[in-house]
Amino acid sequence: MTTDTQKEMTVKEKKELTTPAEQTRPGALFVPNVDIFETDKQITLLADLPGVTGESLTIDLRDNILTLSGEVQPFEGPDEKDLLIEYEIGKYYRQFTLSDVIAQDKIDAQLKDGVLRLTLPKVEKAKPRTITVSAG
Amino acid sequence: MFLPRVFGMPTFGSMRPFEELSRMRRQMDRIMDSFMEPRLQGLRSGVFPAINLTEDDNHFYLRAELPGVKAEDLDIQATGRNVTISGERKLATEDASARYHRREREGGRFSRALAMPKEIDADRVEARMQNGMLTLKVPKSESAKPRRIAIGS
Repeated sequence: MTTDTQKEMTVKEKKELTTPAEQTRPGALFVPNVDIFETDKQITLLADLPGVTGESLTIDLRDNILTLSGEVQPFEGPDEKDLLIEYEIGKYYRQFTLSDVIAQDKIDAQLKDGVLRLTLPKVEKAKPRTITVSAG
Repeated sequence: MFLPRVFGMPTFGSMRPFEELSRMRRQMDRIMDSFMEPRLQGLRSGVFPAINLTEDDNHFYLRAELPGVKAEDLDIQATGRNVTISGERKLATEDASARYHRREREGGRFSRALAMPKEIDADRVEARMQNGMLTLKVPKSESAKPRRIAIGS
């Protein structure tokens, strides 16, 4: 258990993304909250994506840019009327630049209870070599 | 008691000089609030989790975003017309050698009570946790359901 668990949680407003490019489809775009931490072997990214399913999440990696994009379907039935709306539902979108030390073919992604866990293993460092000079 | 008003400032006339300060602060708060103009008034409740409440003829639907909260860490109670959601969001403890680059996710305890606008059938509340999204289906009591009134000719 961490010290965090004793803390009282507060509401944070969802951060809306201001995109440089205009979207072709309407709808709000939110920036998911992430934790990123690094150990000697790997970098792990945890992202809160409530309401995103495995099928609606796309993780794209090209030119060292990792893009997370998750669609959230509206949950409300057609006959429902809003009484109290405290948060909005929209797409999640966030980009990260990765360095070359990531073994890009070994990236692992798991989505559970609305939290994405992305494991990015580091490339094994080039082994140091000793070069012997033969005297001629 | 007579106290001269220095520079015509009423502050010095009163025995509570901080009153003026707090009045100014309240004014500043109001000005700031009007600038911020929160789009969603409900956010002012400030209590986690944020809730969306909708209704149809027979049910209230209460939805909250609780990513990473397990069903066993949630406690949902319904009494009278109140629904209480409390629980704890536990963040897994990671490797001690982990160096954090970003830490935006938060854990902690939460508890929120919400009164439904009408009488509910507290015995038949259904709760579902899916993809980090909690949905409560709260049936309205018979007396709270709308009745169509036929117009006699």
